Amino acid sequence: MHLTQGTFSYLPPLSDDEIAAQIRYALDRSWAVSIEYTDDPHPRNVYWEMWGLPMFDLKDPAAVLQELNRCRAEHGDCYIRINAYDRSKGRQTTALSFIVNRPLVEPGFRVERTEFADRQVKYTLHAYATDKPAGQRYGPAGS
Amino acid sequence: MMPPSPPGGVRVPFGIPPAQTDAASPADPNGHTVPVASSAGAHPSADHPAKENREVTPEELRAAIDEVLARLDRDLVGLVPVKSRVRDIASLLVVDRLRRAQGLSADPPSLHMSFTGNPGTGKTTVALRMAEILHRLGYSRKGHLVVATRDDLVGQYIGHTAPKTKDVLKRAMGGVLFIDEAYYLYRPENERDYGAEAIEILLQVMEDNRDDLVVILAGYADRMERFFASNPGIKSRIAHHIDFPDYTPDELMQIADLMLEKMMYRFSPAAREAFARYLQRRMRQPHFANARSVRNALDRMRLRQATRLTAQPGTPSREELMMIEAADVLASRVFTTSPTDVEAT
Ligand SMILES: Nc1ncnc2c1ncn2[C@@H]1O[C@H](COP(=O)(O)OP(=O)(O)O)[C@@H](O)[C@H]1O
Ligand SMILES: [Mg+2]
Repeated sequence: MHLTQGTFSYLPPLSDDEIAAQIRYALDRSWAVSIEYTDDPHPRNVYWEMWGLPMFDLKDPAAVLQELNRCRAEHGDCYIRINAYDRSKGRQTTALSFIVNRPLVEPGFRVERTEFADRQVKYTLHAYATDKPAGQRYGPAGS
Repeated sequence: MMPPSPPGGVRVPFGIPPAQTDAASPADPNGHTVPVASSAGAHPSADHPAKENREVTPEELRAAIDEVLARLDRDLVGLVPVKSRVRDIASLLVVDRLRRAQGLSADPPSLHMSFTGNPGTGKTTVALRMAEILHRLGYSRKGHLVVATRDDLVGQYIGHTAPKTKDVLKRAMGGVLFIDEAYYLYRPENERDYGAEAIEILLQVMEDNRDDLVVILAGYADRMERFFASNPGIKSRIAHHIDFPDYTPDELMQIADLMLEKMMYRFSPAAREAFARYLQRRMRQPHFANARSVRNALDRMRLRQATRLTAQPGTPSREELMMIEAADVLASRVFTTSPTDVEAT
């Protein structure tokens, strides 16, 4: 199941050139760019691991792509996303966030129904990947 | 040979970027709309849209740099050898572009440089112009200058240096990294010095990321020579050495006139004559820093002029507001102290 989220969730995966173009857009607006990764695909998982600190004062996307490729080399079996933070006055918010890497195989989610009083049902999303311990969820790195 | 560009590496586009307007970040007119990159195959560069495959004429290339060279000529007094070396490098790049347009392939010219000379001889100023030339000719995507010294690159403890150096290098990507007093990176007397680590990372980037940034090392000629002698790896990656001579008293005088003119001040004839004598004395004193000393001296003279004008009754005339008088020059400590005194005021 192809997981989507973030700014370009409605598009097929971006190529590296397209990723560079989006990073350039962010840098041209002085947004700080950061890289994060995770192997917990649940949509409510907002705390992804940081790949280094956010990068400030960059001028050129090549610097971010270099870090992204280092992150891919180490966590190629994870979801990786790029965030751009707009700290200009009055915004203080993530202006752009999109997935730039995903595991080869994405097993997806099952719906769990829990019955309780009066035949009510609670629905829960359960990611198959998280049945395995963190770090072993999507096969060996780079696969 | 050029190293293969990394996966996703952005290539230097083959087109003339528009003249740069100050900071390279035009305000986004639409607020927060995010255009999705155009269709596959198109170069993503927003800076140089779709010009890359067009043939560039020699006239266009000339025009792109002539203005910068003319401004260099106008803004900087003297420096004849420096200006002609800058012109040589610009010509080399123009010819390289024309050759590539004709399909005559050669390794792209190596662009790392060293600027040697005493303080205040214009090294930083020329580096800024060089960055602009590289940008106009498409050898630098952004054309900005990041100035760094040892403190920006070298850390205090184990594991501190690499992230610091890499951070500076990342900020310089797409532009020029200017390392002032580069020889301080190398401290042979201390074998545990972390400077060596910074040098190693720098070397790697100078080799692997030649598309991404140009490195200019600057400092005193003799110390730089020694630095190169003990770091042959760095030396072999520097293609252009430019030496910045000290200014003659005449040139310093012209620099003073130019600086005053830009600030809309001028010397009275007596003040000008006094300033010539000031220069003669100041040049023999320690810590003389060429054009920078001139700038500092002028700043202090403006201060004295202001004190003098506010002390006198009535509103000063436009003429008075512009004029530096001999008294403003002659009050300097340079005229009352022996040449061995440390700093002039
Ligand atoms: N040839 C020159 N003509 C006019 N101004 C100059 C010249 N050379 C240097 N300056 C001015 O002197 C100051 C110091 O120059 P800078 O480029 O910082 O020297 P360096 O980097 O060699 O120490 C700057 O304000 C610069 O504009
Ligand atoms: Mg300087």
